[in-house]
Amino acid sequence: MRLRLEPRPEPSRLAGWLSPIVATLAVLAIGLMLFSAMGKNPWEAMYVFFIEPIDTLYDIGELLLKASPIMLCAVGLAIGYRANVWNIGAEGQLIMGAIFGGGVALAFHGSTSWLVLPLMLVAGLLGGVLWAAIPAFLRTRFNANEILVSLMLVYVASFILSLLVHGAWRDPEGFNFPQSKMFDDNALLLNLLPETRLNVGFMIALAAVAMAWLFMRMSLVGYQMRVAGLAPAAANYAGISASRTVWLGMLIGGGSAGVAGVGEVAGPIGQLLPIVSPGYGFAAIIVAFVGRLHPVGIFFASLLMSLLYLGGEAAQMRLALPSSVTGLFQGTLLFFLLAADVFIHYRLRVIRTAPAVAKPA
Amino acid sequence: MDTVAQLLILTLAAGTPLVYAALGELVTEKAGVLNLGVEGMMLVGAVVSFIVAATTKSPWLGLAAGMAAGAALSLIFAFVTLTLQANQVASGLALSLFGIGLSAFIGLEYVSVVIEPIKALAVPGLSDLPVVGKMLFGHSPLVYLSIVLFVLIQWFLFHSRAGLILRAVGESPQSAHAIGYPVIRIRYLAVMFGGACAGIAGAYLSLVYNPSWTEGMTAGRGWIALALVVFATWKPWRVLAGAYLFGGVTLAQFQAQGLGVDIPSQYLSMLPYIATIVVLAVISRDATAIRLNAPASLGKSFHPYG
Amino acid sequence: MTDAATTPRLQLTGITKAYPSVIANQDVSLTVLPGEIHAVLGENGAGKSTLMKIIYGAVKPDTGTIAWEGKAVAIANPARARRLGIGMVFQHFSLFETLTVADNIALALEKDRSGDDLPARIREVSTRYGLPLAPDRHIHTMSVGERQRVEIVRCLLQDPRLLIMDEPTSVLTPQAVEKLFETLRRLASEGCSILYISHKLDEIRALCHKATVLRGGKVTGTCDPRHESSTSLARMMIGSDLPHPQHRQAQIGADALVVRDLSLDADDPFGTALHNISLTVRVGEIVGIAGVSGNGQKELMAALSGERRVPDADRIMLLGQAVGRLDAAQRRALGFAFVPEERLGRGAVPEMSLADNALLTAHRQQLVSRGFVRHDAVRAYAVETIRAYGVKAGGPDAIARSLSGGNLQKFIVGREIRQHPKMMIAAQPTWGVDVGAAAQIRQALLDLRDSGVAVLVVSEELDELFEICDRLAVIARGRLSDAKAVSDTNAAEIGLLMSGSFIASGAEPHRPFSPAGMI
Repeated sequence: MRLRLEPRPEPSRLAGWLSPIVATLAVLAIGLMLFSAMGKNPWEAMYVFFIEPIDTLYDIGELLLKASPIMLCAVGLAIGYRANVWNIGAEGQLIMGAIFGGGVALAFHGSTSWLVLPLMLVAGLLGGVLWAAIPAFLRTRFNANEILVSLMLVYVASFILSLLVHGAWRDPEGFNFPQSKMFDDNALLLNLLPETRLNVGFMIALAAVAMAWLFMRMSLVGYQMRVAGLAPAAANYAGISASRTVWLGMLIGGGSAGVAGVGEVAGPIGQLLPIVSPGYGFAAIIVAFVGRLHPVGIFFASLLMSLLYLGGEAAQMRLALPSSVTGLFQGTLLFFLLAADVFIHYRLRVIRTAPAVAKPA
Repeated sequence: MDTVAQLLILTLAAGTPLVYAALGELVTEKAGVLNLGVEGMMLVGAVVSFIVAATTKSPWLGLAAGMAAGAALSLIFAFVTLTLQANQVASGLALSLFGIGLSAFIGLEYVSVVIEPIKALAVPGLSDLPVVGKMLFGHSPLVYLSIVLFVLIQWFLFHSRAGLILRAVGESPQSAHAIGYPVIRIRYLAVMFGGACAGIAGAYLSLVYNPSWTEGMTAGRGWIALALVVFATWKPWRVLAGAYLFGGVTLAQFQAQGLGVDIPSQYLSMLPYIATIVVLAVISRDATAIRLNAPASLGKSFHPYG
Repeated sequence: MTDAATTPRLQLTGITKAYPSVIANQDVSLTVLPGEIHAVLGENGAGKSTLMKIIYGAVKPDTGTIAWEGKAVAIANPARARRLGIGMVFQHFSLFETLTVADNIALALEKDRSGDDLPARIREVSTRYGLPLAPDRHIHTMSVGERQRVEIVRCLLQDPRLLIMDEPTSVLTPQAVEKLFETLRRLASEGCSILYISHKLDEIRALCHKATVLRGGKVTGTCDPRHESSTSLARMMIGSDLPHPQHRQAQIGADALVVRDLSLDADDPFGTALHNISLTVRVGEIVGIAGVSGNGQKELMAALSGERRVPDADRIMLLGQAVGRLDAAQRRALGFAFVPEERLGRGAVPEMSLADNALLTAHRQQLVSRGFVRHDAVRAYAVETIRAYGVKAGGPDAIARSLSGGNLQKFIVGREIRQHPKMMIAAQPTWGVDVGAAAQIRQALLDLRDSGVAVLVVSEELDELFEICDRLAVIARGRLSDAKAVSDTNAAEIGLLMSGSFIASGAEPHRPFSPAGMI
């Protein structure tokens, strides 16, 4: 007797939605084992990691605050991924958004106009779009792999940010620290919930989720991008432009990551620093998959990812666990998800020993 | 003349991790599997080899451990993509992200530990020869080993029956299956070979090139190695040439500083990444070369159902 | 020669193989004698290929026994089958395009038989059987017929005692079919048994000593085909007489599609370049393009459909407009429709529902307003297509991949026709489709022609072309012959054209691509 994977006649929707849940449970199980292996009381550690970070209103605010940039990046990326456009450089596009948006804030330092913030958002969007346009151009014009190009640009973007905060944009009164001036109040996102740090960035993220859903589910262009992702030859046959698909897929992802970048510097950070993101752009890749490349799924997956970040910080402070456990959990989550996804297209069949020569007559 | 020798030594030293990682990935891709997890496997190889070297005081044991760690990590990828049929692109990304997280996690207590590195080979007499002595005999043993590996892979792929089978599997797994080859098993081996090579590449970084452990110390070399395979149009000798070219580019920053050029270090640090982008664009333009040399089934799942 | 006293070379008893959605073989028994050419006859989907894969060890049966030369055997894998002396020539070749002939053959041989003398043995065996081959040529430079030779020679080098040929003639010209038959008869006279899989009745009557007929996975009869008529064989194969489409007098109108002197380099190094193609299709007629696959059909279709654009716009005139530089969507907007050769992945998105697949090309039928999809209208379009064309499917939400080839093809044809095209192209419209669906599709194309649409059909099945076309042209090595009225020509003449007889000598050789200069 042995087990064999057998294709299903039709993909299972149930398995599709169950597999993120299975993956999450598997990560929790791994967490329990890991914490006990490290000599901690696993249940206490789990409590500190997953419950404590969200047991007050302030904490909920933090959860949503951290979820916002991840959500923004992930809904944008997911549109590309659906179309087989593999932008993995959202982190770089986020940094570029922060640079462009932050640049506007610094350029209008001292101005009290209400226009500064909208201008920053537009600039951030453009920054992300511009940075994503490079791999889009190289892919459509030269057929260069967008995965590698967009990733290389993450490094380039972070060096550019480093150049600026060490150089031209350094705060002259900042004791030589590599950081810009603090932004004026009119260059900061409004608070959304008193007693917390949650700001309107969360509403922007929610709007992006809604727009992404509308685009993918209801618009012809969204449909055509899904076709391009599932069957490129069918897209070509129907006259769906392959380069339009690449451009849209890259630019939507870049634009939303750029806005996420502004949201960080005009939100919790309030200035430009050499590092403006703890890897939200990469976490968003995981979130996009865990959320099934579906805007609603992404909403929930970003909350989970945000909790992993907060839990990591809490575990570090309260239990002296390394915060890098977050990264470990992130990677594990994605792996378990991809593994569990096998049941969307296949089912397990038990094969009883069935030799080619059965029952000699 | 001495500076030339010095430059050559530095270039080979900087290019060698790319040689290992890219040659390993080349073999994996020749079997039709695209493993984007090189960066993750390199990092885990680097940290595991460093930890083992630090605890056993034996860098060679560390090297072996790093190699094993790379292979073990690639085994996860192989299981998910080959047995469970998951998307290779997504799984490769997952492997990279997982490797980055895992290496940071297990390496935390080793960040400022000092170890005994693998020393450069000193051949008494020969190394002291003027000019050529240093050029030919002054390298780390792992540099020589990488060239041996190159020769072996070149022979294996194009002059051995096993290599022919591997290429056939990458060209058309359906046909290979139809005439009776165990496609999945062959792909497992190819993926694990790539993982082991990435592990050595990581170990080289933490034991030879810069004996220490820091989070993310590969600094994108795993991704550059992936680009190198495309750059090389899946030919081993071009991988070798490309790796040293990139090694040279990495050196630019040290050289510029040495020559007293006053330019912020960030510009020079960007160079390898920008060079990768430019090279990718130039090579990928030639669709014919890619089509003729890229394994036709690269990145596509294969299920031997029937 | 079919001596009853001899031990059968191969004997299958009660073979059953079920897949999740279909029973491919049910209680199939079959006996092949030494030196016998044994036909396995059945229409598409009758279970022939599965049965052959079972014999070749590529598929394991659920129940049943296999006896090889009198002894029960378990054929676990193809390598085991080859060791027994079973060779198989696949319908979809199992060759490696970037490798040489010798490498391809070495891969299928045991290690000890693929030594340095292999090229010499390839030359020797291939010449002996009239299938000349150059061992160092790369597969991608060879025509489909030449590739089949590689497959056959690969089997012959293993000294097979049973050779399985799966639909071998679909890639050959009628003349090449004759040559193949000579080779097969010679092999049989040397004692090799041959299992010959086909749905072509005439061929089986001309070649085979015995026939086993399959229908719906079951054996419906065995006979000596030399003593049967095509009609009686057909009845065994499909359970009724072969349907014939209704033909009406053509009402020829204006030129709908005019191709003038179109030349186009292959965009794929393994593709075929087009040379000076000229073609006219008029309203109210069906023009057919015959030819062995791989002679430029794919490239010509891409150029006509707009999947590949042509630099000189007026090389292709559609309804009086120069469309060479328009993309597929723009050409469709002018009244063009296209049924491509690959159904899954090109004509339809395998993972999408039929409703979503209707939207693929039919979105101009008021299925979209202001950029947003009208899901109700899309569903209605799919439902109506399913109804009007008798598509057997679980409704508009059924996934395209879950449909049988014939039903999906009916859906695609219906989806295209219901957009009221003025010019319609269908490539291999009935390839791999069951007889009933094929007849229905041919009739739909004829009705389309009668309603005043210009139709172009590309097919490898000569019978089909003669059945529905008004005029016929032949494509060979990227060149197109002049079109002839069907009534003025015959299969033999078309077959000769298929081998390229109309191409002036001195023209470029076949597939002129050379990898030199790549490095």
